Amino acid sequence: MDEQIKQEYQEYVKEVTPTHNLWMQMGKAFLTGGIICVLGQVILNYSTNTLGLEKETASGWCSLLLILSSILLTGLNLYPSIVKFGGAGALVPITGFANSVAAPAIEFKKEGQVFGIGCKIFTIAGPVILFGIFTSWILGLVYWIYQSIGVA
Amino acid sequence: MSQEREAGRVVSMLGKQSLELKNPVFIKASASVVGSKEGQGPLGELFDMVGQDDMFGCDSWEEAESSLQKDAVYLAMGKAGLKKEEIRYLFAGDLLGQSIASSFGLAGYGIPLVGLYGACSTCGLSLSMGAMAIHAGYAEHVVCVTSSHFASAEKEFRYPLGYGNQRPLSATWTVTGSGAFVLSNSKEEKARARITGITTGRIMDYGLKDSMNMGPCMAPAACDTIYNHLRDFGRKPSDYDKIITGDLGSVGQHALLDLLREKEIDIAGQHMDCGIEIYDAKEQDTHAGGSGCGCSAVTLSAYILKKIEEGVWKRVLFVPTGALLSKTSFNEGQSVPGIAHGLVLETV
Repeated sequence: MDEQIKQEYQEYVKEVTPTHNLWMQMGKAFLTGGIICVLGQVILNYSTNTLGLEKETASGWCSLLLILSSILLTGLNLYPSIVKFGGAGALVPITGFANSVAAPAIEFKKEGQVFGIGCKIFTIAGPVILFGIFTSWILGLVYWIYQSIGVA
Repeated sequence: MSQEREAGRVVSMLGKQSLELKNPVFIKASASVVGSKEGQGPLGELFDMVGQDDMFGCDSWEEAESSLQKDAVYLAMGKAGLKKEEIRYLFAGDLLGQSIASSFGLAGYGIPLVGLYGACSTCGLSLSMGAMAIHAGYAEHVVCVTSSHFASAEKEFRYPLGYGNQRPLSATWTVTGSGAFVLSNSKEEKARARITGITTGRIMDYGLKDSMNMGPCMAPAACDTIYNHLRDFGRKPSDYDKIITGDLGSVGQHALLDLLREKEIDIAGQHMDCGIEIYDAKEQDTHAGGSGCGCSAVTLSAYILKKIEEGVWKRVLFVPTGALLSKTSFNEGQSVPGIAHGLVLETV
């Protein structure tokens, strides 16, 4: 088929396809992400000020509690609605990561513990884990070289 | 020629891709089984069976889809007053890998099976194949059935259900449902409609790659099939009371009307899309409309055939549309080609 007709059609489709309002989405994402972060801060403040935990221990508890609540909300099928509203605001914090691990685990449980949950639990989170670890390895290497030549 | 006369059967091949069915091919009976969301939609009252739980009492989404097909076939045969032994062939398909919804749903019937894949156009494909078999005298009764299920399709093509993501406004919602049709060479007491023409579609690929905007991927195929159909039969859009596409949705409908206008054909007065009819896009938050093999099948069974039966519409061009992609082809950066199969349905 004529490449030009294809090209024209592709541009036409881009024009007539409705999209979400970017500014509105950014506002919602800011709100949702903000609420999650405030929640984290509340946990952090409570555990350091009231419970008297070390700052590092407290931040560990903070992550754990956020992950737990995200997984519970995924199990109750509420988390998808939060993301539908908040978009990246709900996906980028640690809660979004927890959701992306819990959801395949639930979905693929039917295919068995090993080939279902085992193989497919990281289908969405996998790239984040792989490239996250790889990037930190590279940064570690850079840091080590800098230290060796006495810069840092 | 003499052999043809002896059999009393005449086939007319029209143009490059159409058939005029002069021997009687009737849709004797049909049935539709849908999920809860479709039951709450604008056509909800018309379906034969609405499941309260989309698992349909099964253990997995795939099994649930199989049970949809099983129930639809059972209901359609019952309405036609036929036993499974009287059905010569089953023409069936769905959206899952290797068509497992059909295989596991229909295994128990023991009827010779022709498994088909035409993505969401499979309803049109199965009716075309069934009509050809009846017309050729290869069968007295056949059953054509297709299905789709929202959850099994999400799992097959997109994300796990619990995963949070934002669907674009152009995305369609896969219909949970199955439609079955009993085709017959005699109408005896009654028949819902008569199939008088077939235009088998060609694959059209305009290089679009967005699987979340499938309407425009399929619109060129629908345009091609409708255009060639009208040319092959020497008809105008006004010769039809309705020209009904499968699941173009609102974005695809826009594209189809514009593509046909470029060819100087205006079907705005006749056009209807099953995907737009089946949900209330605003209330039910489905975005561009419904999709899936079940979408056109259940709408045909519950709504279109009802209108034809009542004589409200005398002649309809039914064009289910399909997007021929898989998760692998999508991940490998391939485009999303479309296909559309046309059928002429008339009042008996």
